[in-house]
Amino acid sequence: MEILSTLPPELIRMVFAVIIIISFIFLNAIMMGYLERKIAGHVQRRPGPMEVGSHGILQLVVDGVKLVGKELLIPVNVDRTLFRLAPILSFTPVILPLLVIPFSEKLQARDLNLGLVFIVSMTSINVMAILVAGWGSNNKYSMFGAMRAVAQSIAYEIPILLSMLAVVLMTNTFSLKEIVGAQQNIWFIVLQPLAFIIYIISGVAETNRAPFDLPEAESELTAGFHTEYSGMGFSLFFLGEYTNMFTVASVATVLFLGGWHGPPLPYGEYLGFVWFFLKVYFLLFFMIMIRWTYPRVRFDQLLNFAWKYLVPFSLANILITAVVVKL
Amino acid sequence: MYPSIMRESQFQEHNRFFLNMGPQHPSTHGVLLVVLEMDGEYVLDPQPILGFIHRMHEKMGESRPCQGFMPNTARMDYVCALPYNHGYVSLIEKKAGIEVPKRAEYIRVITSELNRVASHLLWLGAYLLDLGAFTPILYGFDDREHILDILEDITGSRLTYCYYRFGGVTQDIDDKFVDATRVFIKRLRKRFDMYEKLVTKNIIFIKRTENIGIISRDMAIRYGITGPNLRGSGIAYDIRKNEPYSVYPEFDFKVPVGQRGDCLDRYMVRVCEMEQSLRIIEQALDMLPEGPVRSKVPKNIKLAPGDCNFAVEAARGELSYYLVGDGTSVPYRLKIRVPSYSNLSCLPELGEGILLPDLVSIMGSLDLVIPEIDR
Repeated sequence: MEILSTLPPELIRMVFAVIIIISFIFLNAIMMGYLERKIAGHVQRRPGPMEVGSHGILQLVVDGVKLVGKELLIPVNVDRTLFRLAPILSFTPVILPLLVIPFSEKLQARDLNLGLVFIVSMTSINVMAILVAGWGSNNKYSMFGAMRAVAQSIAYEIPILLSMLAVVLMTNTFSLKEIVGAQQNIWFIVLQPLAFIIYIISGVAETNRAPFDLPEAESELTAGFHTEYSGMGFSLFFLGEYTNMFTVASVATVLFLGGWHGPPLPYGEYLGFVWFFLKVYFLLFFMIMIRWTYPRVRFDQLLNFAWKYLVPFSLANILITAVVVKL
Repeated sequence: MYPSIMRESQFQEHNRFFLNMGPQHPSTHGVLLVVLEMDGEYVLDPQPILGFIHRMHEKMGESRPCQGFMPNTARMDYVCALPYNHGYVSLIEKKAGIEVPKRAEYIRVITSELNRVASHLLWLGAYLLDLGAFTPILYGFDDREHILDILEDITGSRLTYCYYRFGGVTQDIDDKFVDATRVFIKRLRKRFDMYEKLVTKNIIFIKRTENIGIISRDMAIRYGITGPNLRGSGIAYDIRKNEPYSVYPEFDFKVPVGQRGDCLDRYMVRVCEMEQSLRIIEQALDMLPEGPVRSKVPKNIKLAPGDCNFAVEAARGELSYYLVGDGTSVPYRLKIRVPSYSNLSCLPELGEGILLPDLVSIMGSLDLVIPEIDR
């Protein structure tokens, strides 16, 4: 305890926050993996995992142990440095956005005044990891996946930014806490429905989820950028994907669904996270449902959709928002 | 001819590279290797390479008495095996002049059509899987499972049937079979609405299939394409109508055709065909005559010298058996013309200058069964 008191309190706070967030990421991945398999099962008229634990609730834990226990296979002709770097590069940046997300009024690791910009910049690193994985794997299918990921992420980052900007124009701040605070009376989904729709579509594309899962389109590219990965390398991509989904859904909740706001709870400034998580997991449920319903779009159709529809519409939305705010 | 989105400069020699699609690839549905000459994501020249599971079925047919070949017929196209049984027994019956009781022919038609529906259901799911939708294949399997259960009860097997015999079928159908089939038909009709909502009207599905992989009438004839692929191009050629065999002339059914010859048309033709097959089954069940299901056949069937040909409509197109006899019970020559072989042969021309996802979509829409091609 002597040492703790000599350290700056802010540092201790951050260390604790990072530990909690990392453990939460693993918990989230397990929950999401279980939810996805169960929901997919029920959509497809089968029970899903049933064997390990009651209703297969421990299935993902067992799967995790299996993946950790697997040998790390590195194919002969790969770029060994890049091949090892890519999963780490995919996993590390997804932790950081969670530091600035306000789960409730008081549950936030750090309130940056440029929080939104920070989140956008961190989530963009993910595409770098896919590019590195695809290039380092020395496999044509992986390379296809990587190239698609880059084009897709450039195309969809713009509508995401523009739809976020519409909210920022209304609140005059990049701080996530203040954006949620501004939704005390009315959620921004009511005032900005178009921006919300654009954000959700682009968010699904940003996380490489079906129907926009082109970088890992298994019927065309076997497994896309992670064709050559196995064991823990593969599961880090997996963790990255689920955490990215969580981040996208959290930002949607913060920007459009009123964050921690909801019917009053005792100790609301802490327990507000209950509402926050309900909203986030509702969005994630929605994302899982569309994955198991729709076929995959073609690559050029995907890019056309972004450049011809989403970008013009979000620009128009910003223009209207700016005019209305100015008035 | 290349689509307008491709520019001349994209065809520079140094940009080209080869990509091996298969023999293990999720969307070749078997051990088919397609060597693609690529330029970025554009396929310039897809060349299918066959022979990975060649099992010498024709030679096996020439080296044993003709009864012994029956199980082999089900192992060429394992998805839709009963028409293969049907073609072979009809060939030998034609060659040796064996009479078949009417009831047996009705049972053959009912079971063959059930098998055709099962095959189309499996294709529907697998095609949607190629296009990236996971769920329809499980719905398709669910419906197909009912057919397999019904057929298992009377044939004894679920996939590689050996149910027909020279002069009839092994086992008569019972009331349980008739009732189960009627219940299944009612159920499947209801499910068609669901498939239409989930798949046929889906905007992403239409975008992925409409005007993709157009086979013109002329091209279809040039390559000898048959079956739903040919009918998708607008040619109403169906062996069941054009060269009627068995008791097909007694039933009232339509031959659905498409107009453009694209993947969507081939899809629609198959979906409509399932409905027509259900109609045939219903009529056959209503008109089912009484009587024996197997006639007296000599134990050793002597195949007279001379040749003989018999064609049936399998789920994938025209299947024809050609046999030359030499007076013994072992065929001197047996040649099997399978539909998928000709259907695949148009792939190099269809796949010129298209995107890789479109190639997957086209290959799926051709409904290839690789063990049938390699035999």
